[in-house]
Amino acid sequence: MATNSEVSSRRPTAAAAGSAASSEQRGQAVEAPARPPVDIFEDRDGITLLADMPGVSKDRLSLRVDGNTLVLEGQVQFELSEGTEALYADVRSSLYRRTFTLSGELETEKIDASLKDGVLTVRIPKRAELRPRKIEVQTR
Amino acid sequence: MFGIPSSMPGSVFDELWRLQQDVDELFGNWSSSGGIRSLPRGSFPAVNVGHTPERVDVYLFAPGIDAKTLDISIQQNLLSVSGKREISVNEAATYYRQERFSGEFRRVVSLPEDVDPERVQAQYRDGIVQIRIERRESARPRQIKIS
Repeated sequence: MATNSEVSSRRPTAAAAGSAASSEQRGQAVEAPARPPVDIFEDRDGITLLADMPGVSKDRLSLRVDGNTLVLEGQVQFELSEGTEALYADVRSSLYRRTFTLSGELETEKIDASLKDGVLTVRIPKRAELRPRKIEVQTR
Repeated sequence: MFGIPSSMPGSVFDELWRLQQDVDELFGNWSSSGGIRSLPRGSFPAVNVGHTPERVDVYLFAPGIDAKTLDISIQQNLLSVSGKREISVNEAATYYRQERFSGEFRRVVSLPEDVDPERVQAQYRDGIVQIRIERRESARPRQIKIS
């Protein structure tokens, strides 16, 4: 797109703007995406992952399974006044990214996800036949 | 299920992309000496502060909180925000990672001297608390016409 290339030549450091993948393909220096903190726990039926991704709305979130890798990506957006200058910044990247390797007993086709107030919840069920079974010990 | 930004229609994507650049340019390359009240990186919630001649915008990256329980106060040019985020632990589950902050937090942000504590607005959206504080008229740059 004409407008994009024009802008990117003027502001080369903002390459993180597109998807991380396309920036890497262009071989430009990209600021590392922020790594969102997560909680991960497993119960009998599956694994639950919660990730803090403040500033990411549903349409800026990308959750996908690539082979056996779960990829979380999100772009931060917040309202800026016209002509704003930074005074202080803890958050210096506008992209969150984190990946996890899944294992075979997880049913990746049945992943369920929700996003509320910047918290992503991902539920990955285990295949029913692989859920732990209680083994009875017989006594005589 | 979730739209990937690169698959968005051209015009919408261009718009988002520009916005993205603004954020990156504004906060991405920013560096300065640390404020006396600033906390180490990784503290909860993360804070960004931006300003224009008219106002100061404070952003607190506080996902998963109940915004109604936040205590936001401003005294002179010091903004204090305190609250808590309680994360319930599933006792029956095995935890592999517990990186998300749980508990009470408090952050104090020092603002420019000319902010007006009477004109403050706060909103909570997608896990970000945005606090907008207007600056006093007298402090704004004025255009002086030559007659």
